[in-house]
Amino acid sequence: MTKNPTKSASPKARLEKEKSDNYILRLYVAGKTPRSVAALDNLKKICEEHLAGRYKLQVVDLLESPQLARGDQILAIPTLVRKLPLPVRRIIGDLSNTERVLVGLDLRSKS
Amino acid sequence: MANTRKQLPKSPTGIQGLDEITGGGLPKGRPTLVCGPTGCGKTLLAMEFLVRGATQFNEPGVFMAFEETAKDLTQNVASLGFDLRDLVRRKKIVLDFVFFEPGEMAESGEYDLEGLFIRLGHAIDSIGARRVVLDSIESLFSGLPNQHILRAELRRLFRWLKEKGVTAIITGERGDGTLTRQGLEEYVSDCVIVLDHRVNDQISSRRLRVVKYRGSTHGTNEYPFLIDEDGISVLPVTSLGLQEIASTDRISSGIPRLDSMLGGAGYYKGSSVLVSGTAGTGKTSVAVLFAVAACRRGERALYFSFEESPSQIMRNMRSIGIDLEPWVQKGLLQFQANRPTFAGLEMHVMTISNAVKAFKPQVVIFDPFTSFINGINENEVKMMAMRLLDLMKINKCTALFTSLILGGSASDQSQVHIASLMDTWLWLDDLEIGGERNRGIYILKSRGMAHTNQIREFLLTDHGVELRDVYVGPSGVLTGSARLVQEAQEKAVQTLREQEVEGRQLELERKRNVLEAQIAALRAEFAVQEIASMKIIGQEQAQEAQLAQERTDMGLSRKADVKSNNKKGVSK
Repeated sequence: MTKNPTKSASPKARLEKEKSDNYILRLYVAGKTPRSVAALDNLKKICEEHLAGRYKLQVVDLLESPQLARGDQILAIPTLVRKLPLPVRRIIGDLSNTERVLVGLDLRSKS
Repeated sequence: MANTRKQLPKSPTGIQGLDEITGGGLPKGRPTLVCGPTGCGKTLLAMEFLVRGATQFNEPGVFMAFEETAKDLTQNVASLGFDLRDLVRRKKIVLDFVFFEPGEMAESGEYDLEGLFIRLGHAIDSIGARRVVLDSIESLFSGLPNQHILRAELRRLFRWLKEKGVTAIITGERGDGTLTRQGLEEYVSDCVIVLDHRVNDQISSRRLRVVKYRGSTHGTNEYPFLIDEDGISVLPVTSLGLQEIASTDRISSGIPRLDSMLGGAGYYKGSSVLVSGTAGTGKTSVAVLFAVAACRRGERALYFSFEESPSQIMRNMRSIGIDLEPWVQKGLLQFQANRPTFAGLEMHVMTISNAVKAFKPQVVIFDPFTSFINGINENEVKMMAMRLLDLMKINKCTALFTSLILGGSASDQSQVHIASLMDTWLWLDDLEIGGERNRGIYILKSRGMAHTNQIREFLLTDHGVELRDVYVGPSGVLTGSARLVQEAQEKAVQTLREQEVEGRQLELERKRNVLEAQIAALRAEFAVQEIASMKIIGQEQAQEAQLAQERTDMGLSRKADVKSNNKKGVSK
């Protein structure tokens, strides 16, 4: 925790703040397959429940922009990438197993 | 491998030798599995396939690396003269590095590998790639938790690659008792190439084998291959298939007497000659003279020396009156001296091949070829000899191999291996007689010519090599001073015989003279007797006449029968 968040002008400090506070999530899908739709639904549900108000969600359809697959090292579809907070985390699958998603996002300890 | 029947369409690799073995390249539009242990050259082979495709066959390619980063790859292959950065800039090649930390991937629910497909598809489409390399896709197994999904997706991937019509290489690490750790060979069934490298006697050699090539004939042997500054070169053991046209031209061995032993005209052009002998029997001299003879004809001779340095050979040859310096200066004679242990056999074959291609000699000498044999690699050396002979035949060189024999007879096993490949086999031998060693030479075989079966004495003089007839007697072959002694003895015997003949002739003459003298004496005696006899006869006749006269006179005196018998006093 920074001592004085209101005075944080430096980008580093802001990053620190975002890291602790905000989740930036990116979900990679390929077209509107049932699995993609399910993944998005599942994700939204989890976020609303556990990260309400402190997350940003981007959905990337690789059929529309295939060049983006390389940047985030996407192999499996669907893949959820937690860009922030660091470290980067990846969760593959339709996110139907909520428990595993929470563990993967460090929202719950593995035990 | 020249098959006129229609085979599968193939995608040439451009890798030296590999296209010969596979009969034209990898199956076009299908995946090929290249597997082998770590460090055997899988990645390099795959990369060369892509680079050659992009530069020589106008087939752009995608390299998807699962183990090495694009930067590492670029650096690694730059040492082989492949400028990946340039090819990437010119949109001939796409490098894509697939990276994942095994630990950072969590799994929740169903998924597939559509991301990989999209990524690969995008790379292929961005440059219109015809070739794809996945190196090595097995790494996915450590990164993705669900093996069932992975296997199903790999199966789909290979089918998808086929549908895309790209020629692909998939590499895989060798597993325990299987070609690849994860059994990729199950999915890639069109063509499987196994690479291997072995260390024999501290010298490593790489091998390549086409295990499977569906719908095509292919060389099934293990072929040695090399990685050098020009990339990979595979050395097919017998790429020729024994179809070369044999020359009927003959060339001199450089020793006139030896030429006459070889049916009067020397070796066949383009043939192979093996000169065997124990240490110090003059093998190198025979080899050098052959090279010099070629230079005299204005041809080029390439001399591979595996034990002596060029200057050593030149010095030694000067002692028998052969000066090699002028030929070297004229550029007709070239020496290449390398220790056999300097590199593996394949590397030597490659060096030799490159030197032959560069110098274009008509005559090539390997002296001594047997120094490659180290006791355990005889078969490999034979293979090497076979490949060298093929190389010679392709380049229309006449090759002379010398081979050192460690005593023993012509049936020495290690020699027979190589000798069976040779067209002409000369044997230089130590003939030990009467407390001295002398050199002898004979021809064990010479295919396609009437050659002598005689042993000649082989003399190294200060004006070159001389071959002499040896004395063959009841006690065997005589050479050196024994031959000289024998020759002297023969001369003495002959003189003696000549003298004897002369004596007999004189004796005969004497006898004739005696006989004739006797005849003369008898004749004289006879003459004397004749005269005496004639004298007696005369006297007798005279006496008879006297008596008749006396009788007539008596008759007359008696006046008997005067009328009728007055003249014949005998009648009564």
